[in-house]
Amino acid sequence: MKLVVGHLYPEYLNIYADRGNIAVLERRSAWRGIDLDYRTIGLGEAVLPGEHDLFYVGGGQDREQALIAPDLAAKGPALVEAVEAGAAFLAVCGGYQLLGRFYRDRSGAELPGIGLLPHHTVAGERRMIGDVLLECEFDGGAPRTLAGFENHAGRTYLDEGAEPLGRVVSGFGNNGKDGFEGCRVAGAVGTYLHGPLLPRNPWLADWLIARALTRRLGEPPELDPLGDELEAAAKAVSAERARSRGGRF
Amino acid sequence: MDPGAVGKLARRLPLGSAVISATNGKTTTAAMVAAIVGDRVKLAHNRAGANLVSGVASALLASDRADLGLFEVDEGAFPDIAGRIRPQAVCLGNLFRDQLDRYGELEHIAERWRTAVAELDPAAWTVVNADDPLLADIARGRAEAVRFGIDDLSVARDRLPHAADSKYCRTCGAPYDYAAAYVGHLGDYSCPRCREARPSLDVAARAIELSGLEGSSFDLVTPEGTRRVSLSLPGLYNVYNALAAASLSLVLGAGLDDVEAGLARFRAAFGRFERIAAGDRTVLLLLVKNPAGANEVVRTLVDAGAPVRLLVALNDAIADGRDVSWIWDVDFEPLVGPLQELVVSGSRAQELALRFKYGGLDPAKIALLPDLAEALAYGVEGTLPGGELVVLPTYTAMLALRQIASEQGLVRPYWEEAVA
Repeated sequence: MKLVVGHLYPEYLNIYADRGNIAVLERRSAWRGIDLDYRTIGLGEAVLPGEHDLFYVGGGQDREQALIAPDLAAKGPALVEAVEAGAAFLAVCGGYQLLGRFYRDRSGAELPGIGLLPHHTVAGERRMIGDVLLECEFDGGAPRTLAGFENHAGRTYLDEGAEPLGRVVSGFGNNGKDGFEGCRVAGAVGTYLHGPLLPRNPWLADWLIARALTRRLGEPPELDPLGDELEAAAKAVSAERARSRGGRF
Repeated sequence: MDPGAVGKLARRLPLGSAVISATNGKTTTAAMVAAIVGDRVKLAHNRAGANLVSGVASALLASDRADLGLFEVDEGAFPDIAGRIRPQAVCLGNLFRDQLDRYGELEHIAERWRTAVAELDPAAWTVVNADDPLLADIARGRAEAVRFGIDDLSVARDRLPHAADSKYCRTCGAPYDYAAAYVGHLGDYSCPRCREARPSLDVAARAIELSGLEGSSFDLVTPEGTRRVSLSLPGLYNVYNALAAASLSLVLGAGLDDVEAGLARFRAAFGRFERIAAGDRTVLLLLVKNPAGANEVVRTLVDAGAPVRLLVALNDAIADGRDVSWIWDVDFEPLVGPLQELVVSGSRAQELALRFKYGGLDPAKIALLPDLAEALAYGVEGTLPGGELVVLPTYTAMLALRQIASEQGLVRPYWEEAVA
C-alpha cells in the first residue's frame, strides 16, 4: 500500500518543528506496512491533479510567509480541487492562516488566502501563547482530546456554520473569544497547535492517514492499532500543562 | 533597585563597559574575555549568567572597585541595557531560533539590535560575527568595527542543517549560496541575485583542528598578527566563541600574548562542558537549549565517537522555554544508531522519549525517569567503572543536576571555582 504526501514549502515554512509531524506520519505508516512517499512542493512547482493523498503546510516567520504567499495563491485552485477529490490536508499556524479567505494586517491591508478553509484572520496586538487542550468530535464518534501549544498574534474567525477542529478546554484557540480552535472541511484540518502536535496526539495522525488511504482505495482502511503508551504519557503531561497554565486574557 | 541606577554605577567604571549578546555562547564568550583580561584589570562581571538588567545591577553592586564592566546580556534585554550603561564596546555573536514563545522572531530581535547599535556612542566599538547574515551589516556606518568569522573550508558542512534560519538574502529574498556553512546558518554566504555577501574578515580562524571532546586549535589571524591558539573546549561553536572573545579583548586593549594565554588556560563556563567525578566514573554535562546549539553538541559527540549510553534531560520552566517543540528541530538522529540505552529525564521526559522513538530508537532502549536525581543515579550506576556518562540537560535541568551532584559532594559550587 502506498501513500503520497506533499509537503508545501518545507524550506520556508518550518518554524515550529513541522518535521516532527511528518516523522509521525512516516513512522506510523511504515509500522503498518504502508509505503509513505514523501515529496516536497516548492516555489514554482505545480500541484498535479491526483498526485497527492495528503498535504502538509507549516508556519514560518513573517518574512518567509511573505516570500511564498504569491506562489501559494497560484496553487490555490489545484489544492482546493485536491481536497474536494478526497485528499487529506494538515495546515499548522501560518499555513492555517494562508488557507483561509484573507489575512488583514495591522495597517488594514489584506493578503488574500486560497479560501480552502472558511475563515479569515485579523492581526491582533497581543500574542496568544501557551499550552492548549481541545475537545473534538469527529465523524459523530466519541469526543477525543488534542493537547498542544499555540503562539500566534492573528485572530481567526470562522464563517457562520463552519466547523472548528475542536472546542477549547484550556488556552486561547482561534481568537481568544469564541471558544473554538482550528477549522475542518472534509479531510482538511487547520490549527494553531504547532510543533509536535501529531506525536502526542496520534489519533489525529491516524485519522489523516485513514482519510488519505480512503482517497486511494475508495473505501476506509482498517488501520492496525499501535502501542501508544509513550504517546499517551506525553499527552497527559501536555494536557496537565494546559489545564494548569493554558493561556487566557 | 532603581534601573536608572545601573547607568550611574556603570559610568563610574574607569575603563567603561563591554556588553556581549548572542543566542548561543554569550556566557562562554564573556568567561573567555575574563580569562584574557582579568589578570590586568578588576572586572565587574555577571559570571553566573544572570543576564537581565537586574543581573547587571547585582554585578555592579558586588564589585564597587572594578575597573571594567564585562556583561553578557539576554538578546531581548540588549537594547535596554546598552542604552543604560553606554558601553565602549559591544560584541554580537549570533542569532538562532530560540524560545519563540519568549523572544519572538529573529528578524525582530535583529532590528532592535540594529537600532541599539546605531544609538551607541560614536566612538564605541562594534564587534560582530560576519558569518551571520542577520548581523553582518549591523556595523555598517560605525567608525570602529571588527568583523570576525571562520575561514577554513576543511571544517565546513556539505549543506545547511535542517531548519537553518536566515538562509534568504536580507536584501532581495533569494536563497544564499554558501561557499561554506559552519554552524547553523553561520558561514561564507553570498546572494546570487543581488551580490550581497559576507563582508571581509578583520579577525579570522584558519587551519582549524578539532580533537573530538578534548578541544581544538586554530590559527587566530588578526590585524596585529597570527597566533596558534589551543582551546580545551570541543566543537566549532567554541571556535566562534573564542573568535568573539579574542576580537573583543583586542579592542579592549589586550595584546595577542594575553589572548593566546587566556584562551589556552580557559576551562568551560558553568555546565557548558563540565566534567564531574562520580567515584570511579565521570559525568560530562553539555548544555543544550535550542536547535542550533544542540545540533553542534550532537555533531561534536558524533565526531568524538557517539556514546552507547546517554542521559538527556528536558525541563519546560520559563528559563528553558515552555514550548518544547524545538526538540523536534534538533538532528538527534546521528546519535540513535550506536545507542544501547537512553535515559530521558526532566519535567518533559515523555516528550523526549517520543522524539527518539520517532527518530528511530527502539522504545525498549528508553528508560523514562522524570526525576533528575533518580535518572542521574541510574545513569551513573549503569556506566562502567572508568567510563563516562554523557548528559545533555536544558538550562534548569543543568542547574538542578549540578545541585544534586553538589549535594552528593561530586562537584564544587561554581562560585568557589570562580574565586579559586
